[in-house]
Amino acid sequence: MTNNDDLAQNANLEPNPGEKKEMKTQTTPHSLADVASSREIKQPGTKPLGSGLEARGVHAWFGAKHALKDVTLDFAAGTVTALIGPSGCGKSTFLRTLNRMHEFIPTAALAGEVLLGGKDIYAAGTDVTKIRLRIGMVFQKPNPFPSMTIGQNVLSGIKLAQLKVSNTDDLLEECLTRAGLWEEAKDRLNEHASALSGGQQQRLCIARSLAVRPEVLLMDEPCSALDPGSTFRIEQTISELSQTMTIVIVTHNMQQAARVSDYSAFMLSDGGPGELIEVAPTTELFSRPRDKRTEDYVTGRFG
Amino acid sequence: MSTTTIKPGRPWEPTAKERSQKGLNLLIAVALSLVLLFVTGLNGKLGWVAAFFFSYVSVSFIAEYRRAGKPAAQDSLLTSISRFAIFLAIIPIVSILATVISKGWRGLHWGLFTQDMSEATVNSPIQEGGMLAAIVGTLIMVGLALLFTLPIAILTALYLTEIKGKFARPIRFLVQAMSGVPSIVAGLFILSSIVYPVTGERSGLMGALALSILMIPTVARTAEEVLLLIPNDLREAGLALGATQWRTVAMVVVPAVKSGLVTAIILGIARVIGETAPILLVSGGGDATNFNPVSGPMGSIPFYVWNAFLLGGSEESTQRTWAGLLVLLLWVLILFTIARYISSRSQKR
Repeated sequence: MTNNDDLAQNANLEPNPGEKKEMKTQTTPHSLADVASSREIKQPGTKPLGSGLEARGVHAWFGAKHALKDVTLDFAAGTVTALIGPSGCGKSTFLRTLNRMHEFIPTAALAGEVLLGGKDIYAAGTDVTKIRLRIGMVFQKPNPFPSMTIGQNVLSGIKLAQLKVSNTDDLLEECLTRAGLWEEAKDRLNEHASALSGGQQQRLCIARSLAVRPEVLLMDEPCSALDPGSTFRIEQTISELSQTMTIVIVTHNMQQAARVSDYSAFMLSDGGPGELIEVAPTTELFSRPRDKRTEDYVTGRFG
Repeated sequence: MSTTTIKPGRPWEPTAKERSQKGLNLLIAVALSLVLLFVTGLNGKLGWVAAFFFSYVSVSFIAEYRRAGKPAAQDSLLTSISRFAIFLAIIPIVSILATVISKGWRGLHWGLFTQDMSEATVNSPIQEGGMLAAIVGTLIMVGLALLFTLPIAILTALYLTEIKGKFARPIRFLVQAMSGVPSIVAGLFILSSIVYPVTGERSGLMGALALSILMIPTVARTAEEVLLLIPNDLREAGLALGATQWRTVAMVVVPAVKSGLVTAIILGIARVIGETAPILLVSGGGDATNFNPVSGPMGSIPFYVWNAFLLGGSEESTQRTWAGLLVLLLWVLILFTIARYISSRSQKR
């Protein structure tokens, strides 16, 4: 739905999916598959960074409504995985089951396992706050803490989780640098976070997540409220971060998925619960989707 | 060589002509209301207010209709009615302030704040005796009541908005119902449940307890409302950083509503500072200054006013009554100013 305009062009230029591969190189230099293939694909295991995350048969409910059905999906350590699909297909719900934010909705229910470093994060006796320290999250709307300054926001995770840090100044600079905000914010650390623009606030939120050194970072449409310039900066940030951590990003923007992700997972709901239709290396998913429904979606025929 | 300097303007604001037209409308309305007063049987201030309402609303309606047509006239109708409502609402406030100040200031003297009524009666010359006992009593009782109320009310609000426990609904209902409890009932409750069976003595502490009963629902409800304004995103952001729920509440949620909580406290104080009935029942009133809240009767400013009004009858006692009201008003004003100052400072930071 969101990207029909962007994609209509590609769809028109590639009327026959069978010939897509040849045509792409000749006539559509900006096709999704092309964007994706310009990235160097990370093979799982080549960079043993952070921890991998494995979802095993995850179902989710809101009250009686079955929202997510039997999703099994691996996120290898050090890779970026994009979750794509139309609105209401359960992408965000799935993302929130991965760091146990799902349970904050009063009517929520769940089945299945999510393994972090081989251990089920839903196992009895698991300290959920420790899980969320290891699996950070960036939300759709920038949500810096309004009562804190920029600097305090970055370090808020340290205080909230009562961690010990020897040199907070170094940590502050490191996190803001990694989030691509240091140059803009270094002289404004004592200003309130609300003085920043939307894009800067979102990068501040990323910096805040980084300060507690998560192994996995979940991003729920982090650029949907931002202008193209800020989106570009955040995509750069994601690429840099993926050197050291596992990233799962929900996005409505397929161009974005193609630009930033190593793997893409397509989810869909046919009115019932959302399901995982197909997961593949991003280049492959956009150029040679195995499932007809994936193909329809990535070529912009629906959604 | 002509350099035109561009001046910032406000082209959307009414021109001088439009403004004078508005002033003219008001004058016409006043004139019309006087004519109405003369023609109809209306009389007195109330009659003039009613006549002015009709003439003001209709004059501005007609003027706007001629200027810009029906939709604009309908729009101006609501504007002029709400302006009139403001006018009506301000009348009693201004009238109370003016009366209390004009009648009370003559009773003010330095001794009011340094002496008590232990050696004077309400009918003694105004220079004798003062309100020390009343002021000390009010400060101690309201202060103690605030001390009891704050943790209970804020934690109740946090239970309703953050924990959202199984009992949230009935508790919310109870808190709302409690805010309608008449103050005399709160007084009788403390009297029958603590004063008679336990302490056997009226004291400032008992007064503070009765005031807390009145204060808790006001503060809890207001605090709940401001807490509900905090977007859930902020709570989730805190939790997603690996914080426990209470850590998130203490570091993220409460600081974000600090000024709202100050407002809740102000409203709570405003609710009880003028209470007379429960004080009379459980703290006994009292003419001598008493700094000990657990023993002996304790007066309060409203009690002082009530006492002077009821036991008096002389010119001195009437003057005492007005002076007492003025002091009460001043205290409320001082407390509100302090609270506003604190909350605006915490917002700036």
